[in-house]
Amino acid sequence: MPQNKHSGKLKNTKKTHSTILELKNVSKIYQVGTQTIKALDDISLTVKEGEFLSVMGPSGSGKSTFLQVASILATPSSGKILINGKDTSTYNEIERARLRNKEVGFVFQTFNLLAKTSALENVALPLVYAGIDETTRRQKARNILEKLGLGDRLDNGPSQLSGGQQQRVAIARALVNDPAIIFADEPTGNLDSKSGEEVKKILKQLNLEGKTIIMVTHEHDVAEIAKKHISLIDGKIVNGKLKS
Amino acid sequence: MNINLKNTFLIAIKAIAVNKGRAFLTMLGVIIGVSSVVLLISIGAGLQAYISDQFASLGGNIIFVSPGNPFGEGSGFSGESSFIESTKPVLKRSYLNQVLRDNRGIIRAGVASGFSTGEAKYREITKRITLYGVTANYGEVVKMETEKGKWFDEASESRSERVVVLGNGIAEELFGKIDPVGKRIRIESRTYTVSGVLMKQGGSFGGPNFDNYVYLPLNTLFDDFNIELIDSFTFEAVDQNDVESAKAGVEKSLSKFLDDDEFTVFDQTQLLDTINSILGTLTIALGGIGAISLIVGGIGIMNIMLVSVTERTREIGLRKALGATPNQILFQFLIESALLSVIGGLIGLGIAYLGSLAIQAFFPAKVTMEAVLLAFGVSAAVGIIFGVAPARRASRLSPIEALRYE
Repeated sequence: MPQNKHSGKLKNTKKTHSTILELKNVSKIYQVGTQTIKALDDISLTVKEGEFLSVMGPSGSGKSTFLQVASILATPSSGKILINGKDTSTYNEIERARLRNKEVGFVFQTFNLLAKTSALENVALPLVYAGIDETTRRQKARNILEKLGLGDRLDNGPSQLSGGQQQRVAIARALVNDPAIIFADEPTGNLDSKSGEEVKKILKQLNLEGKTIIMVTHEHDVAEIAKKHISLIDGKIVNGKLKS
Repeated sequence: MNINLKNTFLIAIKAIAVNKGRAFLTMLGVIIGVSSVVLLISIGAGLQAYISDQFASLGGNIIFVSPGNPFGEGSGFSGESSFIESTKPVLKRSYLNQVLRDNRGIIRAGVASGFSTGEAKYREITKRITLYGVTANYGEVVKMETEKGKWFDEASESRSERVVVLGNGIAEELFGKIDPVGKRIRIESRTYTVSGVLMKQGGSFGGPNFDNYVYLPLNTLFDDFNIELIDSFTFEAVDQNDVESAKAGVEKSLSKFLDDDEFTVFDQTQLLDTINSILGTLTIALGGIGAISLIVGGIGIMNIMLVSVTERTREIGLRKALGATPNQILFQFLIESALLSVIGGLIGLGIAYLGSLAIQAFFPAKVTMEAVLLAFGVSAAVGIIFGVAPARRASRLSPIEALRYE
């Protein structure tokens, strides 16, 4: 299995895609009081480079847990998660933090931008933890913000930006370290329909440029922008319902 | 690693800058703590320096005799026995002459002095005063020179003349711009002629302010105020390097009349040592009080940092999701609290410095390097020690829990 570092410039060519994310028999069990909740039940899944996967399901189906475990924010109770061929099951917290920093980008429903901090600095944040020097950080952050049409909003804080603009800043932040995979958690959930359309367009475009994206959503029209679909019910994948 | 530490440092600075109001409130405890430690210590040190200066200006050849035993065990400045004893007339005028006669050659001069109080009046102005009866040569022995007029001489003293020498302060209060020399003032029911005004002696603190003393011949004090109590002898040794043998001579002469425990002979070094040890203790006590407020300030930092960790749970979660390691979060919060504490310490130092300038107007105060280093070191230590608990809490937050936190 080839393990090329993912490149953002890759075109969406159909063949010879390497595996970016692999879940092998992953389960996640929560203990709530005396009750045992199986949030993920023996899930196996492979996501190849350049794929755009939507994860749907009713609330309580394990969508959020899936996202947390697949993005190695949380550890599974059993099973293995491989990112870019690297088995993360033996990783400690520091190694997982480093891997997230390098290979994983996050887009949250509530944006999660740092308050009173400029768009540029918010976007540059992952680069801070990557140990990149300030000049390069600012350069990279500016390039991406400009690409997402926020070149004139570099110094504005979140409170000076509309919801759609904030989510675009968050997307820029997810892209800045050129990760192998982007996880989006209800990326349009907090946006009006116009801004939502904008964000959908951006995600679609990023995938066309070769980005691997996994998106959790409960809205069908949002899920439509993905090329591959799964649904979760009671922590299990019920079908890989595909739309054209 | 280096760039990471620098970045963590910058993140901490940014976190403080973003929340200036909260940062200031957090620092307030340390600001108050540091400024009070430095100020209190500087007052103690200033007092010590001031008193040493005062003694130095007297010259090193002064010997005092006082009744009782102010330095003895079980009495001294801590007990009251010396003051109780001193209400009995132990020292007599004749002893002074005996001491001078016995020690010709090693003691140049000697004076006796006694106290009373009363009201002095010039025209419409009345002032409460301390009357200090002294024998002739007193000004010469204790090096208090007149600014105007002159000290009374031996003849005036032996004739119990009603002449006074005014301290600089009382002269100004009674006479204002008028030259007091030759003027008459009333003390209680009698009239006295002003023979001189002393040079300004400088402020005093708690103790006597010599600028408000009125000096008169000892015999006059005894006759007019119906007392016969000498509260001290002051001798001037001929040679500054031979004070010890002069002291021995004084002791030998006095033991002809008095028991050993009825009087004490001491010189300035002894007095200075005693005062210094008292002031040293006082300085430590004052510093201790300040230190308590510094610790309270540290606890304040810890509280606010703990609140801040809770308040910034989402931020911490986000940073972790984006790749911050637990140690980076730990250091961010640790550096933040240390910085808050050190900045607070610096502001506190500034306030203490300004405060000491203000205090110097009427009280000696000296900001010492030791106090500055101590306060700075302690405030940094306070920030780090009290920052550990909040920082550890932050570093242990799970990113998922933190991101879910509302």
